[in-house]
Amino acid sequence: MINIEPLARSGTSSPRATAVVAIAVEGLACQRGGHVVVQPLSFEVRSGNALILRGPNGAGKTTLLRTMAGFLPPAAGRVRVSGPTGDTSAEGYLHYIGHVNGIKPRLSVIENVSFWQRYYGGGSDTEAAEAALDAFDLLDLADYWAAHLSQGQARRLGLARLLAAPRPIWLLDEPSVSLDAASTRRLEAAIAQHLSSGGLAIVSTHLDLSLGDAAILELSRAPVLQ
Amino acid sequence: MKAFLALIERDLRLALRQGSAIGTALGFYLIAVSIIPLGLGPDLALLSRIAPGILWISFLLSAVLSVDALFQEDRDDGSLDALAIGPLPSELIAVSKSLSHWLTTCVPLIIITPLAGLLLNIELNAVPKLLASLAAGTVGISFIAGAGAALTLGLRRGALLLPLLILPLFAPFLIFGVGAMAEAPGAFVQSILFLSALSLFSIAAMPFAAALALRLSLE
Repeated sequence: MINIEPLARSGTSSPRATAVVAIAVEGLACQRGGHVVVQPLSFEVRSGNALILRGPNGAGKTTLLRTMAGFLPPAAGRVRVSGPTGDTSAEGYLHYIGHVNGIKPRLSVIENVSFWQRYYGGGSDTEAAEAALDAFDLLDLADYWAAHLSQGQARRLGLARLLAAPRPIWLLDEPSVSLDAASTRRLEAAIAQHLSSGGLAIVSTHLDLSLGDAAILELSRAPVLQ
Repeated sequence: MKAFLALIERDLRLALRQGSAIGTALGFYLIAVSIIPLGLGPDLALLSRIAPGILWISFLLSAVLSVDALFQEDRDDGSLDALAIGPLPSELIAVSKSLSHWLTTCVPLIIITPLAGLLLNIELNAVPKLLASLAAGTVGISFIAGAGAALTLGLRRGALLLPLLILPLFAPFLIFGVGAMAEAPGAFVQSILFLSALSLFSIAAMPFAAALALRLSLE
């Protein structure tokens, strides 16, 4: 299991926006099916910053993100999420967007977003849901069934839950796949807005995603250890 | 709690919109109940004597028909990752899924059971007892089914393995469910109490098994 430790309470800032959060990995080695895929790594990303993961196929980008999200047990080391509130339910800080979008074809576009909104505890806030759709240019399609969306539109709908249910740490696995140029700009704008409001993002990508002065972590394929 | 209700509401809405899972279960139940008499011959007395057993068995088979989809769809479309990272612990995700299964599969089956009973010439005064036994027992059925669905999640051909895994666990429910119809004095009350106990045990224990399986399936 991943140890997620909150920092001690510091200051009286509100839980989101101005709060300082950080996600750190300490000597984290990631495994998949018993094989070490990512050699021990240590880094920390603090609020307002982004980290871009790069590397060839099989370098362990997804494995690293899934380990950080807590889905995979690490082979060694640990992931530490620190929030300003001393909240022990640090899992509540994370958003994870994987290769599949997590949308239901038989719900309308707006229903998909408002489900995630309510599930993540934001209550049903139609305005925020519509703003999230608008940020990804889906507002016109709000009443369409998600089944009728194109690949790129479905991707944008998957990303819209990042905005509909605000959480400070975004783990994004190839978020710009199947997005056209204009939508990629919208994603960049959404990430930039998130960073400037005190969030942080760790993004794996092959494509050019301009995130200002984001740090870049190059992963290489681990030598096979026997 | 909000998250729990949101998840149940979404699953109910999806079940109603898709309709296929409910429709398949109801159709299978009615067809099973109506072809069994064809194999038994025209003995009305025999039929009404074994009607509760036929109804219970057909009910159990119908109820497991669509169980494999319980978590599979959420896993395939990536929702399960997003659910797991949310505020609900896996145990409560499992509870909500099992409850959704009960509401969308078992309740409709219970509702058409009197009709299915008519096809089997069931005695009218046995119908309320039968419904009571189903209502008490099938909650446990749904929770066992939920754990089974979580265990076979991500397995190739998990849908085929699933009935092998969970049908044997339904044996005590079947025994006491049919026992509730027995003529012996006190049989009804005792059977209902046993069924309730079995259901309560399943509700208490199965979500933990399901949660463990769900966490493993995320790897």
